[in-house]
Amino acid sequence: MSSLKPEVSNQDHIKGDDSASITIVEFGDYQCPYCGDAYPIIKEIEETFGHQIKFIFRHFPLANAHELAFPAAIAAEAAGLQGKFWEMHDALYENQYRLTADLFDELAETIGLDLEQFQQDSASAEIKTKIEDDFDSGVRSGVNGTPSFYVNGTKFDGGATDLYQMLNESAG
Amino acid sequence: MLEKGATAPDFELNATPDQKIKLKDFKGKNVILAFYPADWSPVCSDQMALYNEMLKYFDKHDAQIFGISVDSVWCHLAFEENRKLHFPLLADFEPKGAVSKAYGAYDDELGESKRALFVIDKEGKIAWSYLSPIAVNPGADGILDALEELSKK
Repeated sequence: MSSLKPEVSNQDHIKGDDSASITIVEFGDYQCPYCGDAYPIIKEIEETFGHQIKFIFRHFPLANAHELAFPAAIAAEAAGLQGKFWEMHDALYENQYRLTADLFDELAETIGLDLEQFQQDSASAEIKTKIEDDFDSGVRSGVNGTPSFYVNGTKFDGGATDLYQMLNESAG
Repeated sequence: MLEKGATAPDFELNATPDQKIKLKDFKGKNVILAFYPADWSPVCSDQMALYNEMLKYFDKHDAQIFGISVDSVWCHLAFEENRKLHFPLLADFEPKGAVSKAYGAYDDELGESKRALFVIDKEGKIAWSYLSPIAVNPGADGILDALEELSKK
């Protein structure tokens, strides 16, 4: 069974309680339709299990298959520099059906980013490295497609719906 | 299935209608063979799409990857174009599955290659092999570990 390498750290985007007993890591791609399908289910998981879970997102852009996957990951990270990673993350999935290269600036304005700063940060080498590090972590953790989930550090063999079911059963 | 230490059986297979790939021409380079059942499996969980993103990792380890299935060259061409693949897919087409059989990676019942991975070292010896359940995409961590092990030598 593959395990998460490296472990979750403060380099990650983490949502939820520090004390949560269940840590879920998703490796995802903003242009991947399966990740788009998983998005509302993850939201539901967050609502249902509240303080019990902590959610982490790492980038795994399949850049050859999805030409906007890497630019979208950059947009999320650039928003993160203004403290709005999750706002951009949500906006990207909620608008996945109309994803184009022009969408990023529009979403940046919608979620209230300093647009000039956002555009400047989007060109930074650091952000690119961060995304590549995430991808590297995915490869080493045995990610075989997107989305891939890890629960408490171990690869979860299934999609978001299976994950919801598993959590439901272990909670009951 | 052939395992670590065995000599990798040589082969000559078409990568395109007029280009043949001979394994022995790749002596001095590490080679990754990824046998898989068929072209056109679902996009995002696609094993070949993953390897496509990893070519620079393979480059770093002086390794060339080949996908191999029993699909014909024309099928491979269309699949490569559609998925924008940047590495060769070889057609184990005639006699059907002969190379897959030589590596012990052929499923007689399905008439397709199994999902099997081989890392072959620069001397043409198998350094690592792995048979994945047919429905499970094995990812790439095993390949990378094997290549890293070879780099240490």
